[in-house]
Amino acid sequence: MLAALSAVFTTVAIVGILLYESYGFFEHVALKDFLTDTVWTPLFENPRYGILPLVSGTLTITGVALMIAIPIGTISAIYLSEFASHKVRETVKPILELLEGVPTIVFGYFALLFITPLLQKIFPGLPTFNMLSPGIVVGIMIIPYIASVSEDAMRAVPMSMREGSYAMGATRFQTAIRVVTPAAISGIVAAYILGISRAIGETMVVAIAAGQQPNLTFNPMESAATITAYIVQVAMGDLPHGSIGYQSIFAAGLVLMLMTLTLNLIGHMTRKKFSERY
Amino acid sequence: MNPQPQANTLKNLDEVRAMIKRHKLNDYIFSIIGLLCLMVGLLTLLTLFIDLILSGYPKLLSASFYTDFPSRRADSAGLLSALVGSSLVMLVTFFSAVPMGVMAAIYLEEYAPKNWFSDLIEINVSNLAAVPSIIYGLLALGLFVYILDFGQSILTAGLTLGLLILPVVIVATREAIRSIPIAIREAAYAVGATKWQVVYDHVIKYSFGGILTGVIIGMARAIGETAPIITIGALTFIAFLPPSPITTAAPFLNFEWLSSGFTVLPIQMFSWLSRPSEAFHVNAAAAGVVIILVTLLMNGFAIRMRYKMRKNIKW
Repeated sequence: MLAALSAVFTTVAIVGILLYESYGFFEHVALKDFLTDTVWTPLFENPRYGILPLVSGTLTITGVALMIAIPIGTISAIYLSEFASHKVRETVKPILELLEGVPTIVFGYFALLFITPLLQKIFPGLPTFNMLSPGIVVGIMIIPYIASVSEDAMRAVPMSMREGSYAMGATRFQTAIRVVTPAAISGIVAAYILGISRAIGETMVVAIAAGQQPNLTFNPMESAATITAYIVQVAMGDLPHGSIGYQSIFAAGLVLMLMTLTLNLIGHMTRKKFSERY
Repeated sequence: MNPQPQANTLKNLDEVRAMIKRHKLNDYIFSIIGLLCLMVGLLTLLTLFIDLILSGYPKLLSASFYTDFPSRRADSAGLLSALVGSSLVMLVTFFSAVPMGVMAAIYLEEYAPKNWFSDLIEINVSNLAAVPSIIYGLLALGLFVYILDFGQSILTAGLTLGLLILPVVIVATREAIRSIPIAIREAAYAVGATKWQVVYDHVIKYSFGGILTGVIIGMARAIGETAPIITIGALTFIAFLPPSPITTAAPFLNFEWLSSGFTVLPIQMFSWLSRPSEAFHVNAAAAGVVIILVTLLMNGFAIRMRYKMRKNIKW
């Protein structure tokens, strides 16, 4: 019982620490400035605390990642669930699980020293630190996750619905697109939402390959910092405990936590709705 | 008889045949696209791995890479302190996460009454599993480093990663426990076993394989985690080993290493990677190969074990 409480304790501790340190932060910085100012320079001499540039960086990278992960992940899931033979599925599923276990720092290496030089050949003006390359890599990283969660949702669609469709003379492709996918849609959407939440919280790839300059832009060809990259950057330096810079990473963390928590709750709710349907 | 309808039917038949052909073609095209998409993920891993090996192999093959401390010069920098650090941190993580996680799971499955309280714990566990790892780093920075004053030590890092993998262990253990048929428990109760005897003699023993799989997957994740460790401020130049945990004099165990400074494999890789000089990137690649090998081996072992168990166990 006490052990089970440890989970509750961790949550309470996370929320408590974030709120406590952010409270100190908001004693110095007005909430209005935090949410509307367009410059984030807490470590400069004339500090300004507008979270928007960090949020825009986070959203841009997430957007690029989703453009890669959603189509590829969904098509892979449909293929695995409706087209692949038993043998292929049994081989690919464990490999997908293995891919999910690759440490993100390695993907960071990949983004900085493999994808970025590759992209620079295609777009000659691309800076070394840009949001396109980490976006693509984060996208590749969440493909296995989106594919395996959506595939689970599709497998949960009862066989009789497929058989009904085949009996009407539909082909596999028609059955997959018009019967199975709509029936599993809430599970698939839940997979997307949880994938987005992962992309937002992703740290190392972004910290390594996207640069550290907060930049209010949605252009993936520029360099920009994300919320997570900012936290890493500050933590690497030696900021005194209790200073405003130290508190600012907790405020940034609070924003990140709120974003992912909302997404996770929506994702779980969508998934629950779908599991009650059949 | 009017010949018109028959001609129409024939024409329709041709159209239907064309349609079937078209749809079959669609089927074929899609299965190729699907296969290609599936390959993207797998090929990426392969490319990544080959690229790492190709750029890291001069280091990978030299024995001194594994026995040298980090250094300011790329060619004499090694992994020793990171290897030792990772092992010690994992030791703390194991002893903090596993007993706690397994006990929590047993409580939730076997003891907890179904009420709002167990629902609350359940929602908590599933939410914790989705919290970004860097948030755990912030928790550790505020709580372990400053409030509890553990400093930037092995103990802090181990406990942080322990909290991080707690949900993984809990979920895996619960799944393993849930797969034991109720009949086993009833049989034990029928011969007069108490609840604890049932749990200890049957539930834990039969779910041992499943628990082990979950623990290994969790530990593999902990080994590769970088963000929370950076956040507690552990990105420093470490060219020494923590005091040895085993001593020659009684009581043979020494806990000084818990409060020692440290570095771990992913942190070492990150610090090499963030240097502009190309020579250090070779080291980073070699460290990457080591990390990938360790995590792939652990995950591969666990996943294989799970598939094997699924096939072998027939209640």
